[in-house]
Amino acid sequence: MRHRGSDGLVVDAEVRRGGFVLAVSLTAAPGQVLGVLGPNGSGKSTLLSAAAGLTPVSAGRITLAGQVMDDAEEGAFVEASGRPVGFVFQNYRLFPHLTVAENVAFSPRARGLGRQAARSAARHWLERLGLTDLAGRKPDQLSGGQAQRVALARALAGQPALLLLDEPLSALDAGTRLDVQAELKRHLADFTGPCLLVTHDPIEALVLADQVVVLEGGRIVQEGTPGQIARQPATDYVAKLVGLNLYAGRADGSQVELTAGGAFVIADREARGDVLVAVRPSAMVVSGERPWPSSARNTWPATVTGLTMLADRVRLDLEGKPSALVDVTPAAVAELSLRPGSQVWLTAKATDLEVYPHADSQQR
Amino acid sequence: MVTLTSPSRLTARERARRAARGGASRSVPAPLLAPALIAVGFLVLPLAGLLIRTPWSHLWAALSGSDATQALVLSLWTATATTAISLAIGVPLAWVLARSSFPGQRLLRALVTLPLVLPPVVGGVALLLAFGRTGFVGRYLDSWFGLTIPFTPLAVVMAETFVAMPFLIITVEGALRSADQGFEEAAATLGAKRMTVFRRVTVPMVAPSLGAGAVLCWARALGEFGATITFAGSFPGQTETMPIAVYYALETDPDAAIALSLVLLLVSVIVLVSLRDRWLRGGSVS
Repeated sequence: MRHRGSDGLVVDAEVRRGGFVLAVSLTAAPGQVLGVLGPNGSGKSTLLSAAAGLTPVSAGRITLAGQVMDDAEEGAFVEASGRPVGFVFQNYRLFPHLTVAENVAFSPRARGLGRQAARSAARHWLERLGLTDLAGRKPDQLSGGQAQRVALARALAGQPALLLLDEPLSALDAGTRLDVQAELKRHLADFTGPCLLVTHDPIEALVLADQVVVLEGGRIVQEGTPGQIARQPATDYVAKLVGLNLYAGRADGSQVELTAGGAFVIADREARGDVLVAVRPSAMVVSGERPWPSSARNTWPATVTGLTMLADRVRLDLEGKPSALVDVTPAAVAELSLRPGSQVWLTAKATDLEVYPHADSQQR
Repeated sequence: MVTLTSPSRLTARERARRAARGGASRSVPAPLLAPALIAVGFLVLPLAGLLIRTPWSHLWAALSGSDATQALVLSLWTATATTAISLAIGVPLAWVLARSSFPGQRLLRALVTLPLVLPPVVGGVALLLAFGRTGFVGRYLDSWFGLTIPFTPLAVVMAETFVAMPFLIITVEGALRSADQGFEEAAATLGAKRMTVFRRVTVPMVAPSLGAGAVLCWARALGEFGATITFAGSFPGQTETMPIAVYYALETDPDAAIALSLVLLLVSVIVLVSLRDRWLRGGSVS
């Protein structure tokens, strides 16, 4: 039960839905964008639902600026319509029968403004998000990027104290995503309340969030800044997302015995106990002959099990102790005539291994 | 050894059609074709009979010579009043059935749908027993307010509402059930209370079904016979609706009966055309 007195969003709650249990404790400070990163079914949307008041918590409480929104023990619950929340849904959920301007005016009107006042509030937000020209359109006449902006304008027009974004960019095609992302970042910077941004896309979380929590199976498995998460992922899921090889093991001085088999020499001589080792796919070298052994390098034999063409390089799937994903140039593939079944040697310099404690707080 | 049935003729046109549909043969097997044709004949011949026997030359005279205008006006306004009442009280009930849960809800739904399958005459008798002068409700209406319902235009509207409102309720309830509730959630997060959500999001989003249900309800009310004649009787100008007028005219003035029927047929066709997107395209109703 920490951060009780925080003036941001404090969630310390459990939500049970069927057999699924979401149990999280997190805080988003005013002005902070807290990224919630996790695979499908990890409970991200349930978390947003609970914060918005669409799903009551089963235990614990949710407070905003010190005020209770939901408290299972006290039996207190503020209905969704009574919470100062702006929710940008994954598929935007723009009202199809209303124009863009009417969509944006919906919240001011519902929160008690008169018709004229609501309309001028909508005008303000349309202008601010560059949507004035689209005011008279219906949602089905908008492009994905435009719809995203309208959804954001509609959420902000209610003057929320808390902003909730559910996969805000996932419905966009790759071409518009970068533009919208940059724009969204600007608008999020202007927002003074706490913001919860849920995504399964690490880039989105890393670019848009100030702080990230990783959610898996209804639990927080890692918290940190985007940089920490990207460099030192705590789970395979995050490692895969950020494109790193991740190995769990036990360190004893400069040696790490890997849980899945094999061992690494590491640069850090002080490491002890359970650690994680992260290696970039481009930091490993593939060779056909056994390289000269060296105390500063790890070398081990492996078998190629798959090759995938990426933009300008080939990603090799290698089985060995340990297995690894390694990026090589197409030229190297030709030179070594690599194909599934090829026997190769892998080399990883000790200084290229990122070693960090396997935090015990992340019980799973 | 490969065994094939011997090839049959497939014209270029049929080839193109099948390719466009992406399906296999669309020809109808003979055991299905014959009964299907009989069914078509059965449905179409009576309508043809009506058109053939219509006294086209003195149609206007036949119509104006009877109480047709009176009956038509009565039918139109009672059916319209029925639809208005059904919208006012049936749509809220549809919402309750679709969106809330309470003990006995299934029983309530069954009761609401019962008039759909109940013989209308039985409905008329039931109405009489409840709202008749000696009925368990009508008794008090009579003694307290001096209000006698049976055999008045109000009775016509009540009989029609009893029979027709379930059509509206079922149609709207189905639409409410299948509507994406995500929009209602979105409205709630935007600060809309439940009644605002209903008014500004739910109703507009089921508007097509609401329209279809209202048309269906209106058409059913217009054609109502059994419950009306039982509960409201057949006083010309008071409770004699078009179907009842047709029925009596058949005995006294067949030409007028045919002319009146033609008018009802015309109205039905108009209704069908207005529902074409829903029905003529095929597929399910709800």
